Amino acid sequence: MSHTFTLDGKTIPFEDGQTIIQAAIAAGVFIPHLCYHPDFKPHGSCKLCTVKVNGRHTASCTMRAMAGMVVESETAELNAERRALTQMLFVEGNHFCPSCEQSGNCQLQATAYHLGMMSPHYDHFFPNRAVDASHPDVLLDFNRCILCSLCVRASRDVDGKNVFGLSGRGIGTHLIVNAKSGQLADTDFSLSDKAAQVCPVGVILKKRRGFAVPIGERTYDKAPISETANGN
Amino acid sequence: MHAEAVAGIVDRVVSQYRRDPTCLLQILREVQEACDWIPPEAIDRMQLLLGVPRTKIEGVAGFYAFIYTEPRGKYRVLFSDNITDRMQGNRVLMERLCNSLWVERGKVSEDGLVSVGKTACTGMSDQGPGMLVNNYAISGLTAERIDEIAELIRSKVPLADWPPAFFKVEDNIRRADILLNADFKPGEALLAARARAPSDGLNSSNMRSWREGLPSGIGGPAATLDEIKRANLRGRGGAGFTTGLKWEACRNAPLKAGHQRIVVCNADEGEPGTFKDRVLLSKCPDLVFEGMTVAAYAIGATRGFVYLRGEYRYLLDHLNTVLSNRRRENLLGKDICGLPGADFDIEIHVGAGAYVCGEESALIESLEGKRGTPRNRPPFPVTNGYLDQPTIVNNVETFAAAALIALNGGEWYAGIGTKHSAGTKLLSVSGDCARPGIYEYPFGVSIRQVLEDCGATDTQAVQVSGPSGICVAADEFDRIIGFEDIPTAGAFTIFNQSRDMFEVARNYVHFFQHESCGFCTPCRVGTSLLKNLMDKLHKGAGSPYDFAEIEKLNTLLQSMSHCGLGHTACNPVLDTIAKFRPYYDKRMMQQDFTPAFDLDRALSAARQMTGRDDAGAHLATEHGGQS
Repeated sequence: MSHTFTLDGKTIPFEDGQTIIQAAIAAGVFIPHLCYHPDFKPHGSCKLCTVKVNGRHTASCTMRAMAGMVVESETAELNAERRALTQMLFVEGNHFCPSCEQSGNCQLQATAYHLGMMSPHYDHFFPNRAVDASHPDVLLDFNRCILCSLCVRASRDVDGKNVFGLSGRGIGTHLIVNAKSGQLADTDFSLSDKAAQVCPVGVILKKRRGFAVPIGERTYDKAPISETANGN
Repeated sequence: MHAEAVAGIVDRVVSQYRRDPTCLLQILREVQEACDWIPPEAIDRMQLLLGVPRTKIEGVAGFYAFIYTEPRGKYRVLFSDNITDRMQGNRVLMERLCNSLWVERGKVSEDGLVSVGKTACTGMSDQGPGMLVNNYAISGLTAERIDEIAELIRSKVPLADWPPAFFKVEDNIRRADILLNADFKPGEALLAARARAPSDGLNSSNMRSWREGLPSGIGGPAATLDEIKRANLRGRGGAGFTTGLKWEACRNAPLKAGHQRIVVCNADEGEPGTFKDRVLLSKCPDLVFEGMTVAAYAIGATRGFVYLRGEYRYLLDHLNTVLSNRRRENLLGKDICGLPGADFDIEIHVGAGAYVCGEESALIESLEGKRGTPRNRPPFPVTNGYLDQPTIVNNVETFAAAALIALNGGEWYAGIGTKHSAGTKLLSVSGDCARPGIYEYPFGVSIRQVLEDCGATDTQAVQVSGPSGICVAADEFDRIIGFEDIPTAGAFTIFNQSRDMFEVARNYVHFFQHESCGFCTPCRVGTSLLKNLMDKLHKGAGSPYDFAEIEKLNTLLQSMSHCGLGHTACNPVLDTIAKFRPYYDKRMMQQDFTPAFDLDRALSAARQMTGRDDAGAHLATEHGGQS
């Protein structure tokens, strides 16, 4: 039997075991998110999908829906908080949209537009991160990593390879690859891996495909992220 | 060290841990004790023997501050950098050691012999300043001792041959009450718990309920749980959850096939300024272990862990000896106290420099050999804890109290303290006072009384329960310690009128930034932004704009963070802004916004390269670019 909860006043049906964001997406309601992906176990780290459940902040990708819940999402307060988190992600890494191959296909950029982010607001950290161009088919540009761990989950849970992992702690948390040399070329990573398809930003880039689709004709150039299939 | 030698060490350690990947952190820690760091060849070997990917091993090693994947020297010196260590002059001592050894702070000496850095509070605030050398604690540092240490390092004297007096840690018990005065013989509490079975005829069902973890256990276990509830015991780790309810929830949690219930003692005492668990474990470990066994009896658990913070590594051998004695006395192991089926044992896992592992779900992750990231909750540990099994996690002091309750009854315990806060509380008193140390009081004691007893005069403020607690100003000294007023995990740090409360808050903000696990965006980035803003104010470049930014960040951290670390990271700032505003006003030297980017400071690399430091090599800046 299906039950319902309310999301910004709208009645949303859900099945037992569904999370708030799963039920919302199924009902055609967009909740901003970056580390959530319907194909993978929720991570709950980016916090963009935070909603208020009965007045309390909680991540909608990890919270199970329960009958009668009163959920707020599209409020000025929550969107301001989400905008601040997006700004944090921008200043933490090195995100230069005009020169980025992912511009127009990037969920971080699209989310920033969706939330009306006009500037990074905070002082940039300008971290010093090397790129890894060792692999014949793929370039890794760690400058843009937002630590969503989608590639980690895809490689581990779908590809069965564990090519990616997170190391370090706190602001020093960073993506690593499964090789003693630390180089992608020395792993069993391949372009056909699920992990090669899931990066929501511009870290995992296919070589020799740069700007194959011109700027202006890309996914989020055509329609905002909130109207693009499930935002994924 | 040759690759074969490294492989030999890894083989020994891994087999000692039964090739169990859930012991990865323990394996890394012990390999490092032998190799001084984790060389890439060690990871090769672990990968092979444990069957886990390199990304996982490097991910875990990279998370813990005390595990090194790059050489840090034969001698790894870390100065405790709590605010009390600062007040006791740790900075001067650190500089002295660095100068004496010709080593730059945070770096390894050119000959690869030694590194000198800093670390969060090592739990010696009552006898600081403190340091760790290869994770062994040294306290009461003086200039003379620093010089002796420098000489020992220069002469390459093995740590085991250093004067034992260096490693002497005092208990400093200043006021003892029911817990620290307990006239307790190992086994007594267990026998008392068993004796609560209505009649001998029920003994067999008691034991069956222990063995199978039957939720409807009758006799001794149920009666013991009742005593804990009657005692109105609440958790001593800070959150104050009702112990009886936690135990009952775990006992009632369904048990999957092959699963067992788990008892975990949280001895990851990381809150700066706290050291009472250190004293409990050194003075009365039997009481703590017995409390854990009582808990196992009450909930039907068969496996127990103590998660001991890495800074207390020096206690490990002693605690293992106590556990062996208890096994010999049949107080642990199989058929405890001669009762068939009463099986329970305890193993000790040692942490490696991660405050966040004091959070119970992060602690469980760490016990499983993973990065210490707090879990998404629900589900809670009582139903899905260690390796998905029903688990209770309680503080050291909670277990000690539970043993006394099993011994003397819940009613006796509930009669001590106040109506809402039963029993006693151990306070770790440090800072500006004549007699720092451990003070055990019945709940309800006023701040003023504690200050009087420890010989504190001219007190400006007390930080109760550490950075994540509350900063109490002089007009609040009649408030009391208790869940109904000021709850505390135990830290009681005193600041006299000469202390700058802004600098206190800044030290705490640095602490949270360093200890953020990095999992969620708001805490990972927010604590760094907060640190940068406090540093900007410190440098005299602050304006009312920055002040407003701090307050906005505080709100965001509280609402959006994943766990308690992020939620409380702004407490010291909020409290000191509310109560000690003039210290902040003094620093807002700029009326208008001033960029955090300091052009003159950015030129320092060029100055260093050219060897110039004259006036012409500096920009004239209003807020002193030479900070």
